[in-house]
Amino acid sequence: MEQGTIVKISGPLVAATGMSRANMGDVVRVGELGLTGEILEMRDGRASIQVYEETAGLKVGEPVHTTGLPLSVELGPGLVETIYDGIQRPLFKLIEKTGSNITRGVTESALDHSKEWDFVATAKEGDEVSMGDIIGTVQETNAVLHKIMIPKGIEGTIKEIKSGTYTIDEVVAIVTDDNGDDHDVTMLQRWPVRVQRPYVEKLPPNEPLITGQRVIDTMFPLAKGGTAAVPGPFGSGKTVVQHQLAKWAEVDIVVYIGCGERGNEMTDVLNEFPELEDPKTGEPLMKRTILIANTSDMPVAAREASVYTGITIAEYFRDMGYSVALMADSTSRWAEALREMSGRLEEMPGEEGYPAYLSSRLAQFYERAGKIICMGKDRRQGSLSAIGAVSPPGGDISEPVSQATLRIVKVFWGLDANLAHARHFPAINWLTSYSLYEDRLGPWLNEKIDKEFTSHRARMMRLLQEESELNEVVQLVGMDGLSKKDQMKLEICKVIREDYLHQNAFHEVDTYASMHKQFKLMDIILYYYDRCNEAIDKEINLDDLFFMPSREDIGRYKYLEESIADQGYDKIKQDIDAHIANLIRKAGEADD
Amino acid sequence: MIKEYQTISEVSGPLMLVKGVQDVGYDELGQIELGNGETRHCRVLEINGDDVLVQLFESSAGMNLDDSKVRFLGHGAQLGVSLDMLGRVFDGMGHSIDGGAEIIPEKMMDINGEPMNPAAREYPSEFIQTGVSAIDGLNTLVRGQKLPIFSGSGLPHADFAAQIARQARVRGTDSNFAVVFAAVGITYEEADFFINDFRKSGSIDRTVMFLNLANDPAVERISTPRMALTAAEYLAFEKNMHVLVIITDITNYCESLREISAARKEVPGRRGYPGYLYTDLATMYERAGKKKGVDGSITMIPIVSMPEDDITHPIPDLTGYITEGQIILSRELYRKGIKPPVNVSPSLSRLKDKGIGEGKTREDHADTMNQLFAAYSRGKDAKELMSILGEAALSETDKIYARFADHFEKRYVNQGYYTNRSIEDTLNIGWELLKDLPRQELKRIHDEYVDKYYYGKNTADEEE
Repeated sequence: MEQGTIVKISGPLVAATGMSRANMGDVVRVGELGLTGEILEMRDGRASIQVYEETAGLKVGEPVHTTGLPLSVELGPGLVETIYDGIQRPLFKLIEKTGSNITRGVTESALDHSKEWDFVATAKEGDEVSMGDIIGTVQETNAVLHKIMIPKGIEGTIKEIKSGTYTIDEVVAIVTDDNGDDHDVTMLQRWPVRVQRPYVEKLPPNEPLITGQRVIDTMFPLAKGGTAAVPGPFGSGKTVVQHQLAKWAEVDIVVYIGCGERGNEMTDVLNEFPELEDPKTGEPLMKRTILIANTSDMPVAAREASVYTGITIAEYFRDMGYSVALMADSTSRWAEALREMSGRLEEMPGEEGYPAYLSSRLAQFYERAGKIICMGKDRRQGSLSAIGAVSPPGGDISEPVSQATLRIVKVFWGLDANLAHARHFPAINWLTSYSLYEDRLGPWLNEKIDKEFTSHRARMMRLLQEESELNEVVQLVGMDGLSKKDQMKLEICKVIREDYLHQNAFHEVDTYASMHKQFKLMDIILYYYDRCNEAIDKEINLDDLFFMPSREDIGRYKYLEESIADQGYDKIKQDIDAHIANLIRKAGEADD
Repeated sequence: MIKEYQTISEVSGPLMLVKGVQDVGYDELGQIELGNGETRHCRVLEINGDDVLVQLFESSAGMNLDDSKVRFLGHGAQLGVSLDMLGRVFDGMGHSIDGGAEIIPEKMMDINGEPMNPAAREYPSEFIQTGVSAIDGLNTLVRGQKLPIFSGSGLPHADFAAQIARQARVRGTDSNFAVVFAAVGITYEEADFFINDFRKSGSIDRTVMFLNLANDPAVERISTPRMALTAAEYLAFEKNMHVLVIITDITNYCESLREISAARKEVPGRRGYPGYLYTDLATMYERAGKKKGVDGSITMIPIVSMPEDDITHPIPDLTGYITEGQIILSRELYRKGIKPPVNVSPSLSRLKDKGIGEGKTREDHADTMNQLFAAYSRGKDAKELMSILGEAALSETDKIYARFADHFEKRYVNQGYYTNRSIEDTLNIGWELLKDLPRQELKRIHDEYVDKYYYGKNTADEEE
């Protein structure tokens, strides 16, 4: 093994000489403690190394060994339900090893190499296989069927394959290539995190990623394979939005990266996800979730690696033909880690001290999302949707990370501190947010949910837009200066805001709303609006319309269980009709 | 054998370059002996070959490059810990300054700590009653939380923090409780206020104090909060105590960090603060919490005075991104005479949801909290509209809300610094205020609680 010597130490950056035979990007073991690091820069025989652990106590003259391999992750059965740190060390295993604090230099393999899995062969001897072909399956959890794929670099005819119980290191199949050489296939693959996993072809995203969050699904939908950003100042509910998506997004696998954020937030996920039930499978949500936790007190360099670790694992499941959602909270912390390393490397800073390559790195990251045709003969489709939280300083999104992100992502959920202060959650501002998938997803929604879906949505958006204009008028002339119809418009917008867009993440029913229920609620609100407008034409008093009992029922509609929501819908409609007819009749009598 | 180096080649501000040094570790502590025998302290910031860049903890005045000698101690900054620390006062570097005997340490602990494994954390969920309605009722504090007070110069954050330290209790327990107080660059008067307050309330015997006052070396401030947190970790995780850590003022800490960063000619981030300010603050704040299998806990209340009352300033901004909420003091309320002047709308406790409700506080807590927030927010909007258009422009309902907002501030928030309200009192005062609103406005409260608490009283009134 090549051995170098430390010559410089500056925080997480260490320089070593005598490294001429190491490669750029190699993982190295630094010092007597064997801290994990990665080579960032090579000049002659001098390597600049970013160290993923605290470097206190390290001395000049201590050895550096290269492993000769780039930073890679282990892929295979055993990933799901695990919580890893930024360089894929399993955190529960680390507790067994070093207690409740993370001691330096500790290593632990990401997957359990002694655990045995039931492998069911789906390919047979004599099959021609190449990278990506599925040769068997392992039921990893009740919710996840792990598909064993031929790894990169192996191509040929299956000589031997057998179902049975194996560890991930044991050979499950032997493939003979054209030259007659045999290759062993195990259930374990390694993949360098900074390299995108290959696919056959990218497809345009045209199917919504349903999240059960009304303001997202209806107003600003995300497509399967799409990218979204959630910027917002602190306290505006970024993390709750991310958690809600991780909980309820209609996907097969969720990869949640806690990047430079609070430790207790990860604990919260760890406590909560095993208890919550996936509405689709009925299994605990944890059974489809992989967590990457690099909290803010953990070393900054590993934070930089954590998003790559996460997205590589996500790509691996995408390659099985699954739809995968990746949440990164927060990409700003990742960018700050880039900035810190860049500063220590004495690179020329770009905007606000961030390196000039910030936007290209962000673009590369988000571009790894997408809907694709997977490698393999069956041309199965998989998707990877990426949702990144952004934490702009002072909530001002004119800063470089927000701006670079917005240039790439297609969906923008802008969180608003004022909404959050008024306890309107999710605090997604309906006037500034956008989704560029709206048009592309329209046909699907109109076909699968209701033919009026997109037209209803457009009406609601228009109303909200008009509300903000009317509000300015009200500031000048007061409510009485408005026409009755305009007053009605403001009133219906209040209904839309309070009863539709507002959603209580902590209410057992309201936390998730099916598309069907979303449409029904939208329909009923607009129905109420139309009937009221007709009534206004017949000179009915506004207060009678505003305070009719059905208003409260509309407000409570979101709390109705899905199973009785349709009955509730019919009843509210009847009540509105009856009440308004009654008002018109009374008004007629008064006239007579 | 410890080598001495007489090879100081450069001193500039708080930084010093020593040449020809061997076998020194990154972040190691050093001692400088001046020609006149005086000793000063330093810490290794960067090693480049045999050049070592160190940061001085004290001033460099009077230092002669030729006469001074540097010794490296072979370890990083440490704190000797023991239960005898309770009731004692230390300086910012952990030396006793109250005239008492030096502590005989049970063990030495590295003041930088180690990151806590997130999988080993226990989610904080035990309600702490601070006796302050604005916190207990609306921004509930729980054990293991880090909840800063965002204040401004001239605002009474000291009175407020002292009130919390005096009154904070977990109900139904009488367990081991301790306070660790770190004064970072504050004035003698302010520190004295805290010491007197601890003394008066009798809690001084359970308090460990670390004082770095305004006239102490600024660079020492980098270590002071870490000393305090190390003491807190020892008490909490090794002695199973429930520790409340108060650090004041984080702004002074950040200025020291900026000073060192500037001296090192690092690329500055926003407003000249170093780009790693977030990470640096996080390594302190994240030391609060609870661990699985350990009884003790660290609850942290750092005080941040916002320069120009600007919450988007990097210090409060980054703090807010790390801590689990914030309590914001408002100059406007202070001028109105509201004590404590807590601006509840932008204040937030992120961990409150798991700490309230039946069995912890009372079943109606979550609902009334949301209702009070919503009503106060609407009341403030109504008042704003009123100031533009006059009272006549308000609807009847909005007038009720405007009145509600006033009552809320005067009755609910304004309790003074010496009133200790039980959570029941706080919740009942909330209901008293909500009764001014019409029934149909209480949309966020379950009907059963409305029946019990809203009508419960009303029917009684009718009977009278």
